[in-house]
Formats: sequence, structure tokens, C-alpha cells
Amino acid sequence: MIGAATDIAVHVQGLIRRFGSLSAVSNVNLDIARGEIFGLVGPDGAGKTTIMRVLAGVLRPNAGTVTIEGIDVVSMPELAKSQISYMPQRFGLYEDLTVAENIFFYGELFSVPRAIRRERTGALVDAAGLRGFERRLAGQLSGGMKQKLGLICALIHTPKVLLLDEPTTGVDPVSRRDFWAILYGLREEGVTIILSTAYMDEAERCSRLALVSGGEIHHCDTPAKLKQAMPGALLAVSADNPRAARDALVGAPGVLGLLLMGDRVNVRVDDADMREPELRERLAGRAIPVMAITPVEPAIEDVFVALLGKERRDG
Amino acid sequence: MDNLDPTPSAPTVQMQGLTKRFGTFVAVDDLDLTITKGEIVGFIGPNGAGKSTTLRMLCGLLRPSAGSAFVAGYDVARHPEDVRAHIGYMSQKFSLYSDLTVRENLQFFGGMYHVPRREMASRMAQAIATAGLEGREDALVATLAGGWKQRLALGCAILHRPPVLFLDEPTSGVEPEARRHFWDMIHNLAGSGVTILVSTHYMDEAEYCNRIALINAGKLVALGSPGELRGRELGGELFEISCNMLGAGLAKLRQAPGVIDAAIFGDKLHVLLRDSATAIGLPLLLSQGGIIAGSPNRISASLEDVFVQLVSRGHVEGAHP
Repeated sequence: MIGAATDIAVHVQGLIRRFGSLSAVSNVNLDIARGEIFGLVGPDGAGKTTIMRVLAGVLRPNAGTVTIEGIDVVSMPELAKSQISYMPQRFGLYEDLTVAENIFFYGELFSVPRAIRRERTGALVDAAGLRGFERRLAGQLSGGMKQKLGLICALIHTPKVLLLDEPTTGVDPVSRRDFWAILYGLREEGVTIILSTAYMDEAERCSRLALVSGGEIHHCDTPAKLKQAMPGALLAVSADNPRAARDALVGAPGVLGLLLMGDRVNVRVDDADMREPELRERLAGRAIPVMAITPVEPAIEDVFVALLGKERRDG
Repeated sequence: MDNLDPTPSAPTVQMQGLTKRFGTFVAVDDLDLTITKGEIVGFIGPNGAGKSTTLRMLCGLLRPSAGSAFVAGYDVARHPEDVRAHIGYMSQKFSLYSDLTVRENLQFFGGMYHVPRREMASRMAQAIATAGLEGREDALVATLAGGWKQRLALGCAILHRPPVLFLDEPTSGVEPEARRHFWDMIHNLAGSGVTILVSTHYMDEAEYCNRIALINAGKLVALGSPGELRGRELGGELFEISCNMLGAGLAKLRQAPGVIDAAIFGDKLHVLLRDSATAIGLPLLLSQGGIIAGSPNRISASLEDVFVQLVSRGHVEGAHP
């Protein structure tokens, strides 16, 4: 059952999980290399949490195999768990214990030797920016600080694979950067990280992404390659009256998508070089002043909508 | 944008020296902000910045300690009930009753907001049509997909036709296409003259706002369109560098002269330089630490870069509870 030494940390094949008549995850295949930060990206209800729970060995699949560091998670969940640290969406912090007491408790739970625990606690507390807060009750921390404390508790033992289910929900961008700095540090120590997120912008920080929708993985690649796979290109049309600009561009030749933003319209076109002068002319012809038309790199959300939009309509 | 408008609209939301103290803690500190009719303004800030406290004052739920705020022409301190009758409020997470049907939710909110009885049927029909929920009037809200719930929540929040609408992180976690559809609806509402205030710390929601008010430690620290904030507020030039040892590279860059800030972003480093001329020397500097780096590329800042930069200037985490 223990696989030969490979670079593959996590192997998933033909994973299926149903809840009654609802198919939460259907036929998911994944190979995740050691040291990757792998992101499962999709909206609420896409099946991300179900995949994470199966990987963590806390939910049995209806079909398929899952191996983590060569250990079959389905037949040997307890052995697999020794390789894993899993941080669910609601991590079990004790709100009436202090920061230090929570960390101590999880250290005991994972039987971490005292000296190692002390050293790791110090390093993690510093990295998380929680120095000075050790005596504060966990219940009195801000959302971002709670998430970081959860991460410290999950990392008090040294896992080979770290599973984080929506770790930054409710966390503001400043705390989120601290959080990611910790993840990159772990990656350099060789830890494999799998995280799920509903935030498309956060996904850009992963080394590889799986776009999850309707219980299936539709596209899986690096952020840069996914962006290249988006059909067409994006042009940002900055205008004083972006709404008028958007209305004027409806139905223009070569326009694949229009998105009205606060101070511009993002226009997806089949060919940026060819369409840019056409758009300019069309807007000028309708007397709509335009400040600039500039090519912009697509965001993961643009890719998601362009690649999955036709495959899955709401309802 | 405002001064280009030949007929400046009356302000619908006006804050002057707006302040809220809790004991010795100043949650909202001398806030001045005027929002005109039909504008979409984003209140952006980290947790604990004072966004919710400000919104609660604007909704007439909390009395200001000093200063004033007018919403739809009503003073929030003196006429909180009039204020509440003229605003709509929607939060994606908490607005609906899952164990009631679509129709029951609309009836409930219609009753709560005193929608005239004779208009109730037509407004409900309109809300259902806008949300695309025809034929699902008797479905339990719990059984609806996220995008529908969100559009229904919006329908409930505007059933009484409020001139001012508050949105609290309205689209977090929603399917991307449904989210875009939602923002189209918001822009249409703004086009019909509704003034919209969005409170969020998600930068991709901020991008949909005409103007962004960045709040930190109770103070307004930046105000402008998304493009203006990206262009002006960073205080340096942003570059990206690829290198083999990200952690070591980050540490090295943070200590380098001329570097304002550095952060890991994906498999690259983002570095903010006082002067773009410094960029060319960075690979050599990194190589002295045994780090192999590519040549730095100038990149345009994201709103998140701006946000983090503005918030970390003179901000110590934990200064707020």
C-alpha cells in the first residue's frame, strides 16, 4: 500500500461522493506534486469542501482512490492523518482560552515534544504577527487574527500535507498577506499545501489551480497558463460615463463580453489589436468621451467566466 | 467626475466631522464625505477600521458622538426613523429567511418596510421578475442557488423603493457569472438614481464602485475612483521579480536600500521602489545572497497593493480591538 518514492504528494483518481441523490463531487482526478501550493477555486457549493474532507480522511468517498504521501486515505485514514494537517472552515478554537493556551492544547493533542513546540510556537507567533497577543482570549481576536491562530494550531506539528478549507474567508487583505507569507515559508520547507477558496483574486497566488464548478474539475493549470487559455483578450475602456460606453459597445463586432466596472468597462474581444481602433471609432461616433483604451491582463475570474460560463448557467 | 456634471445633483449622503467614540476608543474619527445621487461608493477598510460603525450611524442605529450625518435629507441623530424608512440594506449572508419561501420572504420584507398594500402585488412581481425567479415563488429559499438568493435579497431590500441602498459584502462566495449579473443590476439601480454604499474588504467588489473611500483606524485615508487610487496612492514604483528562493529573496529585498516594501505574490516577488532606477540592480543584489533572479518587470498596482500600502503606513495591528 505504501507507494514507491515519487514527487507526487497527493493522488486522486475517480473520486465520487454523493449525498443522497445529490452528486457533490463527480469523477475528480488530481495529481499534486510535493511542495506545490495547489488551489481549488470555485464558488460556494461547487464541491470544494467535500473534496477537502475526503482528502483529510474525515469523509469516505463513494468511489475512487485517494493517496497522500503514498498512503491510501480510504483504507488507512488514521495512518494518513499522521501526514496531514487539516484546517476546516470553522477551526475548533477554544474561545474562552487564550492564544497561548490554544496553541498549548493543540501541541498536547498532536503530542509535540515540549522543546520543539516552544521553538515552533515562537516562530509561528512572530510570523503571524500575534506577538503581544498571547494572553488575549481567542474569542476576542479579530477575524483575521483568529484565522492565523487556527493556522498556528494546525501547524504545531509538522505535517507533510497541509489542507486548508477557505482559510481566508472574512480576512482582510493585510492579514491575508501575513497568512500567505506563512504559507510560502512552509512551502520552502517542503510542505505541500492544498487550499480551497471562493476568491478568484486569491487564487492567483497558488502555483497551480483547479477550477471547480458543479462538483467537477474543469480546468487545471498554473495561473499564467489558465490566463493564456482564455479565449480572446481584455481591453479596459476608461470613460467618464462607463455605463454609456458599455451600452454603446453592446453588439459591437468581435466583442465577446462586457463588464461594467466603477470607472471603466472591461471588454473581452476576439482580437485586441484589430478591435481597439474599431471600439474607439464606435465610441467616438456616438459622442462618448473615452479617456483610454488599454489592454489588461485577465484576472482568474475573467478566465473562470470565459471558460465555464457556457458550460454552466446559473440554474 | 462630479465637476464635469453640468447639473450637480444634491448630496444624498453627507457626513461632516462624523465621530463615534466607545469610551476612550475612537471608532470613527472626524469623517467628512459627500455622496451624490446615483453614485456607487465603496467603503473599504480592514476589519475593525470603523466601516460597520459608520454604516450603523448612517442607518440611524447608532448615535454619533460628534459631527453630523444626513441620509436622503434626514439627520441620522434627530430622525433615525425617517432615515430607516428611506434606506435599503442587504448583506449576502444574513438577509433572507431560509425556511420561508421566496414569496413569504418578499411579503415579510414588504410588511417590515411598510410597502403600501395596494402596491405590494406589483412590486413583488417586479422583484421576482428581476431576480429571474418566475415559477419558483413557492420554493424554500434554502433550496435556491447562491446567485438567486443574492438577487432575491436585493429584491427584498429595494421593495420599498429606497433612494439609498447599503450593501455589506454583497457578493462574497457567489458564482462569478451570477456575481457579474448582480453588479449589472446594481449599476442599473444607480443609473435610475439610487445612491449605493458598499462596505467590503474584497478588492474585486471595490472595482465595481465609482469611488472608493478607504477607511483605516476610523479615518478616511484615501478617496477616488479605482483608477485614481491605483495611479496615485502607492508612493512608489511597483516591480515584479521571479526568483528561486522566494523567502530568502523577500528577506533580502526588504533590507535593500530604496525598497519601500516587498511581498511574495504567487511564484514571484512584488517590490515597491522609491525610484524605478533601483530596479536594474536588484538581480545582482539577490545573487549576493545566492538567489537566482530574473530581471524585474514594471507592473501596474492592483487595488490590493494600494490598500495594503496605505493601511500599513502608520498602522499597528491590534491598535483596534
